[in-house]
Amino acid sequence: MTSQVDLYQQVILDHNKKPRNFKKLESHTHAAEGFNPLCGDHLWVYLQIAKSPDGADVIHEAAFEGSGCAICKASASMMTMALKGQSPGTAKTLFSEFQSLLKGELNPDTEAHSLGKLKIFSGIWQYPARVKCAALAWHALNGALSNQQTVSTE
Amino acid sequence: MTAASTQKLAVEEIRKDFPILSTTARGRPLVYLDNAATTLKPKSVVEAVQRHLLLGASNVHRGVHYLSEKATADFEASREKVRSFINAREKAEIIFTAGTTAGINLVAHSYGSLLKAGDEIIISAMEHHSNIVPWQMLCERQGLTLRVVPVNDRGELDLTALEQLINQKTRLVAIVAVSNALGTINPIKHIIDLAHSHDVPVLLDAAQAVAHIPLDVQTLDVDFLVFSSHKLFGPTGLGVLYGRRELLDRMPPFLGGGDMIRSVTFAKTTYAELPAKFEAGTPHIAGVIGLGAAIDYVNHVGLAAIASAEDELLHYGKRCLSEIPGLRMIGTAEHKTSIFGFVLDDIHPHDIGTLLDQEGIAIRAGHHCTQPLMDRFGVPATARASLAFYNTKSEIDSLVQAILKVQRLFA
Repeated sequence: MTSQVDLYQQVILDHNKKPRNFKKLESHTHAAEGFNPLCGDHLWVYLQIAKSPDGADVIHEAAFEGSGCAICKASASMMTMALKGQSPGTAKTLFSEFQSLLKGELNPDTEAHSLGKLKIFSGIWQYPARVKCAALAWHALNGALSNQQTVSTE
Repeated sequence: MTAASTQKLAVEEIRKDFPILSTTARGRPLVYLDNAATTLKPKSVVEAVQRHLLLGASNVHRGVHYLSEKATADFEASREKVRSFINAREKAEIIFTAGTTAGINLVAHSYGSLLKAGDEIIISAMEHHSNIVPWQMLCERQGLTLRVVPVNDRGELDLTALEQLINQKTRLVAIVAVSNALGTINPIKHIIDLAHSHDVPVLLDAAQAVAHIPLDVQTLDVDFLVFSSHKLFGPTGLGVLYGRRELLDRMPPFLGGGDMIRSVTFAKTTYAELPAKFEAGTPHIAGVIGLGAAIDYVNHVGLAAIASAEDELLHYGKRCLSEIPGLRMIGTAEHKTSIFGFVLDDIHPHDIGTLLDQEGIAIRAGHHCTQPLMDRFGVPATARASLAFYNTKSEIDSLVQAILKVQRLFA
């Protein structure tokens, strides 16, 4: 498809088709539900946070389940991959960097960030109606880290 | 433009009346298939609005100066055009509102204030939120009960259920004439006759019907009918409430303010006659004048010719879309307008909407303000292509090709 920004790159299509960590994490320590009432995207994000040998908190496992559009599912899938092995503090940094990326306030090519492959979502700000799709899992993550059980991006 | 007498529309000529159809979206020729959200505006409508705003701007029903009298005359001429368009008995039965939603809220508050706890209102499972929520709010305010007519798998009303729901407590049947999500054309005359046989008045939500099927309020014998200007090729922010005089006379005013009074003192205010009684405040004058031009346009093209052109698009589109594997139509009523609600296996409607947009094709993806109906069909949302008489078969071909491309991308 020709357009100024190709939203549906292979990576996103692949994560939509074969979402990673797509399961309920029975051993979770943190979880939150995310819901977009307007479009029906609905998912749960699970985290298993434990102490590492040096005593610091680490996200050992991250997973999600639910239903949504390709943008929503790919964002959730890639988020769970990025979170594994990170500290909750780093997860919060990723959350705020990803928010800036979605708003078009962070240029991933010229500014420092820790988003890695997640920068594929840059340019989505050109599709305001779809920003909330990419943001949903992240708001659920933020809710889980803040012990808030339900979040909505509407 | 083609004269109303000829049934076959000269679509290429008609498309010139809508300059937006010659523009591009995302670098592609625009294919506008979102007419159920809002219809496009012909040049004559924009010119009428512009003429008023540039050369005739003035308030109505107040001034004694030339411009005000001219604006009032134009404004009231539009009211007469609306009256004639839906064949109301008198102009006083035509109330200008802010839109379909505002019209329904007016009736829910004003007619609703005459109702009491235990009374019942009947709506259907295919209503737009605007014909659900005002009634729910009325029910909460005054202790009424809301009854809902179910919808079958094709997206048609269960008329047997309607008959069973009507009882001695029923005070109103509020029903949609054409479903915005499914395209279903409901048997409105039958519903009205059925309700009247129990002395129950009927409100028709004609938002989606008014640009596609002829509506004659006297033949229908309908009690209230509401629609929006912007779905009839006119400006947004404006709608019409038709009400039977006997009912409107009994109903108290909804909004209070200027223009709706006969005299005001701190001791006692008396209200104006119809239609002013329900038109508090300065109205959407430019919009009303634009709506008048829109009705002139529709009359010129001819609603019968419009309906027949759209019917042809419906049958062509139905055939083309039904050949796409993995596409499920939501809304397959026997009688329907050229609205195609559909879902694709394993592809979310929002992804369809965005990908079609990248091809320059404008459709709607979502729940279409009909969440209970989406629940009924077990989908969170649908993609919806809605066609008007200025659309073409080749645009349907573009839609089909773009859908196939989406499927290949997701394969």
